[in-house]
Amino acid sequence: MPIQVLMPALSPTMTEGKLVKWLKQPGDAIKAGQAIAEIETDKATMEVEAVDEGTLGKILVAAGTEGVKVNTPIAVILGEGESTAAMDVAPTPKAVPAPAAKPALTAAAPRPAASAPAAADEAYAGAKMVTLTVRDALRDAMAEEMRRDGDVFLMGEEVAEYQGAYKVSQGLLAEFGARRVIDTPITEHGFAGLATGAAFTRLRPIVEFMTFNFAMQAVDHIINSAAKTLYMSGGQMGASIVFRGPNGAASRVGAQHSQCYASWYAHCPGLKVVAPWNAADAKGLLKAAIRDPNPVIFLENEIMYGQSFPVPDHPDFVLPIGQAKIERAGTDVTITAFSIMVGKALQAANVLAAEGISAEVINLRTLRPLDTATIVASVAKTNRLVSVEEGWPFAGIGSELCVLMMEQAFDHLDAPVARVAGVDVPLPYAANLEKLALPQADHIVAAAKQVCYRA
Amino acid sequence: MAMAKRKSSGGDAADASDALVKHYRDMLLIRRFEEKAGQMYGMGLIGGFCHLYIGQEAVVVGMQAAIRPTDSVITSYRDHGHMLACGMEARGVMAELTGRAGGYSKGKGGSMHMFSRETNFYGGHGIVAAQVPLGTGLAFSYKYRGNDGVALTYLGDGAVNQGQVHESFNMAALWKLPCIYVIENNKYGMGTAVQRASAGTELFRRGQAYGIPGLAVDGMNVIAVKEAADKAVAHCRAGKGPYILEMNTYRYRGHSMSDPAKYRTKEEVERMRSQHDPIDQMRKLLLERKLIDEDGLKQIDREIKGIVTDAADFAQTSPEPDAAELYTDVLVEA
Repeated sequence: MPIQVLMPALSPTMTEGKLVKWLKQPGDAIKAGQAIAEIETDKATMEVEAVDEGTLGKILVAAGTEGVKVNTPIAVILGEGESTAAMDVAPTPKAVPAPAAKPALTAAAPRPAASAPAAADEAYAGAKMVTLTVRDALRDAMAEEMRRDGDVFLMGEEVAEYQGAYKVSQGLLAEFGARRVIDTPITEHGFAGLATGAAFTRLRPIVEFMTFNFAMQAVDHIINSAAKTLYMSGGQMGASIVFRGPNGAASRVGAQHSQCYASWYAHCPGLKVVAPWNAADAKGLLKAAIRDPNPVIFLENEIMYGQSFPVPDHPDFVLPIGQAKIERAGTDVTITAFSIMVGKALQAANVLAAEGISAEVINLRTLRPLDTATIVASVAKTNRLVSVEEGWPFAGIGSELCVLMMEQAFDHLDAPVARVAGVDVPLPYAANLEKLALPQADHIVAAAKQVCYRA
Repeated sequence: MAMAKRKSSGGDAADASDALVKHYRDMLLIRRFEEKAGQMYGMGLIGGFCHLYIGQEAVVVGMQAAIRPTDSVITSYRDHGHMLACGMEARGVMAELTGRAGGYSKGKGGSMHMFSRETNFYGGHGIVAAQVPLGTGLAFSYKYRGNDGVALTYLGDGAVNQGQVHESFNMAALWKLPCIYVIENNKYGMGTAVQRASAGTELFRRGQAYGIPGLAVDGMNVIAVKEAADKAVAHCRAGKGPYILEMNTYRYRGHSMSDPAKYRTKEEVERMRSQHDPIDQMRKLLLERKLIDEDGLKQIDREIKGIVTDAADFAQTSPEPDAAELYTDVLVEA
């Protein structure tokens, strides 16, 4: 049957083009892959190649014609033994389907179901408690999960023989050997990609970044390879992988080593983002992160590593990702914080209590998926919200909370949401300037008073 | 579509003949599939970026012939040929190109992002060279699990100057990972000729600093590719670490559909097509050695035309993904 040659679209944006000239004439034999015409697209002049074999039967659009719409028949190719008489019945190829209606950008995406706050911790309320540093809690979490599952391994710079740059992996090499506790070269982009590839095969890597500052070298693999592959593969191939390490400011290490990446990662679908505060958070959440079938960003804090907290002495203590914890109940103002800032928020709550303001402090624990239900329920009670984070204010976690409150708690608010955040500058080295740049308990107190109109 | 099954064995010679016919058939399938994809792009049925593999068919067909189904393959975005060579179905690949529910990624990946756990094809990656550490991780996984699997990691000549390629070479050599880096040197990284981008154009030497053996191969000759692949695979399976194969090949089409390819002459393209075409070479060889006759060739043509037509039909009749699919597969529900 004769075949129509259509005006091709030769770029994603081309809708019409000029037929510059014909390279074949009626009667010429045509092979698949041969150039038959030259057309000018919105980008360049290109050749049209034949896909079918046969003889050029008829030219339908003369050379020199401008504005030929894509998909217009431009010629007819005849098969073996076909005559030009057959051309009139050449079928028109199927029309291009209309693009599906795009969903409105404002349509609300399905949100995670509201969680029952604090239920997770109550489950271990009767357990005996042991005192652990955050550092040891992290190590114990990894060791327990590595004992439980042979597919879990730890990889990173200085994690094995050096026992961890911050001693978080102390003892793991001795227990699990060099096959599962792997010192890498200083090659973040490379080993983040390698570990993600291993995760595609259903191994469960824990990747330690000496600090999250260095993970910027690896961010392409964290986002483009780890976070997006499940979606791009239609659900076939995901990555169960934990990227962990200290995040945020340490102490006097300057701008390049002192940055909070919480809002960077929390921005990205396909990731879970967890930021523990104390040792119980660290242990329970890291175990959950290792067991999670998705990529989890686990943001630790160097200053917290040496601090001790009670941890349930339970063989299977795991805290669910996606649930915040009310660390201190209150009635006048809600303060949200995560990581090291939870401690500062609790300090502030003590100061506020002395001044007659009852603050409710929520430890967010997870930034994605955020436990919005717990925050909204608290704001419904206190009618005021102060968001605390160490990172920069612009497009930060606090900004997101402001929008969420407008969307979900607008009628409950008696004051605009207040943000306490790091100062909008690269972190300075000088001790006095560094202190000025980071949120302190005083800032939180001041913000809480402001939203309570008690300034 | 399954790639041609090996016929019942009639001794080594017969096996070898069957293998050559199968190479021809597998290369032709990729060629015809890609021509059809190009045509469908022209009709607006395929959107976005579409990078055709036409001209390079001998590379994947020769490499695939040297590995086992349990080995794995990963590549960049010029990936349709790799998928067909791995045994992925033409319909599922074409339907992904048209963004339909019947595509390998349910229409959510597109030309550059397709995967098949079943056939150990790990993508389909859109960031130049990102597949190299990922493929090194596939190799790591074989070693971690203590089996003798091999990971084929394809990259182009444009990718070799990415830092992560060298990071991968270093780790693979350090840990003796069973990874074959197949550099498909098609002479141009988009519009930039190799010698304009690479100081040192003998890309098979890129692993020298890490002690990785390398071999330059005529990537237009499927037999040469298969021989080199056998050598590299044996090296990896023996636990000797990674191997680099530089496949000297050529793409006839532009970098992507919208590339007019003005950075090279028509004569150059024509010379490669007329003198080095991998499929023509194999056809000639099959006829010369009387391993097949014209009728046999026609039969293969017909079979492949049938597969490609069926794939194109399926890719146009398969429904678009349901709107609800927008929200699925972002996270695995624990």
